[in-house]
Amino acid sequence: MHEEIFDVVIIGGGPAGLAAAVSASDNGAARVLVIERDRELGGILQQCIHNGFGLHRFKEELTGPGYALRYIKMVEARSNITVMLDTMVLAVAADKTIVAVNSRDGMIKITAKAVIFTMGCRERTRGAIRIPGSRPAGVFTAGAAQRMVNMEGYLPGKKVVILGSGDIGLIMARRMSLEGTRVEAVLEIMAYSNGLTRNVVQCLEDYNIPLYLSHTILAVHGNGRVTGVTCAKVDAAMRPIAGTEFYLECDCLLLSVGLIPENELSRELGIEMDGRTSGPVVDQLRQTGLPGFFAAGNVVHVHDLVDFVSEEGEIAGKYAAWHANGKMGDCGCLITVKAANGVRTAVPQVIRAVSGNTEPVRLYMRVEKPEKNVTLAILSDGQVLLERKLRVAKPGEMIVVDLPVENIKKIGDDITVVLKH
Amino acid sequence: MENSWKADVVIIGGGIVGAAIARELGKYKLDTVLLERYPDLAMGTTKANSAILHAGFDAPEGSLKALLNVRGNELYRQLKHELGLELDLTGSLVVATNNEEMDVLAELKVRGQKNGVEGLKIIGREEALTREPNLSAEVVGALYAPTGGIMWPFGAALAFAENAVQNGVEVRINCPVTKIEVIEGKVTGVYTPDGFIAAKYIINAAGIEADNVSRLAGDDSFTIKPRKGEYILFDKAVGNLVKTIVFPTPSKVSKGILVAPTVHGNVFIGPNATDSDDKGDLATTGRGLAEIVARAQKLVPNIPLTSSITQFAGLRAAADCGDFVIRASNLTKGLVHAAGIQSPGLTAAPAIGEMVVGILGELGLELKPNTNFNPVNPPKLVFSQLDDEAKMTAIKENPLYGRIICRCETVTEGEIVAAIHSLCGARTVDGVKRRTRAGMGRCQGGFCGPRVTAILARELNIPITAVIKDTADSQLFFNKIPGSCEVTGDA
Repeated sequence: MHEEIFDVVIIGGGPAGLAAAVSASDNGAARVLVIERDRELGGILQQCIHNGFGLHRFKEELTGPGYALRYIKMVEARSNITVMLDTMVLAVAADKTIVAVNSRDGMIKITAKAVIFTMGCRERTRGAIRIPGSRPAGVFTAGAAQRMVNMEGYLPGKKVVILGSGDIGLIMARRMSLEGTRVEAVLEIMAYSNGLTRNVVQCLEDYNIPLYLSHTILAVHGNGRVTGVTCAKVDAAMRPIAGTEFYLECDCLLLSVGLIPENELSRELGIEMDGRTSGPVVDQLRQTGLPGFFAAGNVVHVHDLVDFVSEEGEIAGKYAAWHANGKMGDCGCLITVKAANGVRTAVPQVIRAVSGNTEPVRLYMRVEKPEKNVTLAILSDGQVLLERKLRVAKPGEMIVVDLPVENIKKIGDDITVVLKH
Repeated sequence: MENSWKADVVIIGGGIVGAAIARELGKYKLDTVLLERYPDLAMGTTKANSAILHAGFDAPEGSLKALLNVRGNELYRQLKHELGLELDLTGSLVVATNNEEMDVLAELKVRGQKNGVEGLKIIGREEALTREPNLSAEVVGALYAPTGGIMWPFGAALAFAENAVQNGVEVRINCPVTKIEVIEGKVTGVYTPDGFIAAKYIINAAGIEADNVSRLAGDDSFTIKPRKGEYILFDKAVGNLVKTIVFPTPSKVSKGILVAPTVHGNVFIGPNATDSDDKGDLATTGRGLAEIVARAQKLVPNIPLTSSITQFAGLRAAADCGDFVIRASNLTKGLVHAAGIQSPGLTAAPAIGEMVVGILGELGLELKPNTNFNPVNPPKLVFSQLDDEAKMTAIKENPLYGRIICRCETVTEGEIVAAIHSLCGARTVDGVKRRTRAGMGRCQGGFCGPRVTAILARELNIPITAVIKDTADSQLFFNKIPGSCEVTGDA
């Protein structure tokens, strides 16, 4: 078997992986490898040809491929970063040996000192949410359709209904409209959209596409190709309300019904997972429960802005390089971060009190449901460590708060993040 | 005029039954043609059923179902090796949750013994729970059948057809029979879009449409009533929720909703039973899915609902007489029925093949052995099942085996190309899926679907827009609308 040795091996060459590679290189890792299963670097950014990327990171508005290119150039500028494209990782062992495969080298055995998981996420499917009806052609996840339209140059349908108002669904509503395809409606089972507000405005309202909140699809119709869908309003418990059914004629149903972090490799290693994020439990250095294994980006928790994905990649890259160089030092004591009272997720789930570290801990949080005029509070032992007033809080928009290191010194075994009304 | 040619035997229907008959006829020096109306084999009942190798204790003694079930079960053990079938003798459990049900199990055991099923055993609560720890705490006992098993029905049908073709049988897809010619009470041939095929013997293995095919030849002696069954399939990550097939105690109409592993490492629940008049209705329903969930939970309470990956429905081709209809037509000479093949039809299929050939012999068809008959199918390369050494060799010989197309199931481009160009090769995206498992995993083709479409287009030399999912009118993608903005890709 073809054998290679690297200091830091990064699995996945999307935005998290690219930032991790650059950061690992800049923080002293001698040999860095990025393994990417697609034919090019950039991950899902390459099919996101719309703009809106990079406002935080580069202070300008880039397209997805444009954003990716910035990082690809940074990777190319660093001679100690190796990239393997069209390469699939088959197995990762706890001793940090990785088995991968591609057409050029065949089976490859890679030995690493530190591993970073940046596999991103995949789309939830029709089968996962059990939409009844027939099984014709024309039912696609929105991301698969996006790839077909933007990268391969084909249309998935000519008269479209979209289920789910996540960002990809909203973006695809606009994209299909621009291609001359009629978008009949976007249906959302929740009473609010899960996408960014700017996407609801720019992708639906600007194109007069109706958004049916608290609605779902009861059945898909058609034999060869989709001919229509039966829709209905749902009650507060998300059960269809009898008598509200209506039929929408269409030849295509796009699904934007959630993203699932792709953690098959992490699970096989038995790494501890967070049931709410579906990603591994990580500390603020993005190290998982298994020393030397790091994770960043959508594989940890699904982000809405790529800028934060890159940021996490940078953190993971830096400390993976430290780990590879034996610079991590003592673990220090661990503080558990809990999300409660209206806060659904908080990442990192663990804070490691590292001696000499002066960096604030950046917490990424999502709320359970839309709220107005609330206070986000970080508590420990009944003490308030930090408070932030929020005029609006939406599940679709991640809340980012920096917890200064002085505050961390004050605290006990755990901290809790809550919403106060 | 129209294209026309001659055959000794025409088989109508390329499901498991038609394919098994074709394979059996391949043992003789005959011109046999198998006609399938769809773009692929096994697209009817064969592709959507419980995929069970039944032990044979359900059907009443003396019925064709009982006889052919037990014989079929026996035949598959050898066929597994000859044809490389995916088949595991996991054993099956029929679970009782009260004493009345235990009485039914005792009856089933006696019936099974009369049918010739070996090794049947009533086990107590303890042993049932040891075998299947996830069973409901309410279990009081079970009937254990060591010869029950699981298999891959599409794979078996394909293997039968491939072996038949290898032994000289012709298989035609996209070839529906539009008319059967009958002169003076005898069949003389069939009309298809490809032309007229003259034949003195016609086998009706048309599944759900077998009554209509029979009527084309002037025989209205039976009716097929579709009975729909719905299923939910779960992610492999669920692991061995059950290791054997778990049936509830059966009712009069059906074997009930079961929880079973698949040969590919998934778990499924289903089927319910809904009588229908629509032979095209393969839609799942909210009510039906809720029904199978509720009933499966009675057997195995912790059904992992959040890990479902797909749902589907199949139609049982139930004949009005309740048993299989395997006989020469009483009304039209030369027509032989292999109809009404509902459960345990999958298990019975190879035995049905033997029986149909016997009937043809009785009708006067000369059965000269095909001395070149080769019972063995060449092995297929399944990349994910190879050891590292074999993987390296495969990639060295063909670099396409180094390119993973389906990430969930680790299927390579090499396997997909082989599936397209092998005997009875895939012509559709679902055809690739059923042969290679590309698209059968947890993302359900979200990632590999467009790539499989592109490979099919390239290998079949057709445009992307002509690639179909399963049936002729199931195109997946359209060209962009002229005048809209163009994006060029390097695919």
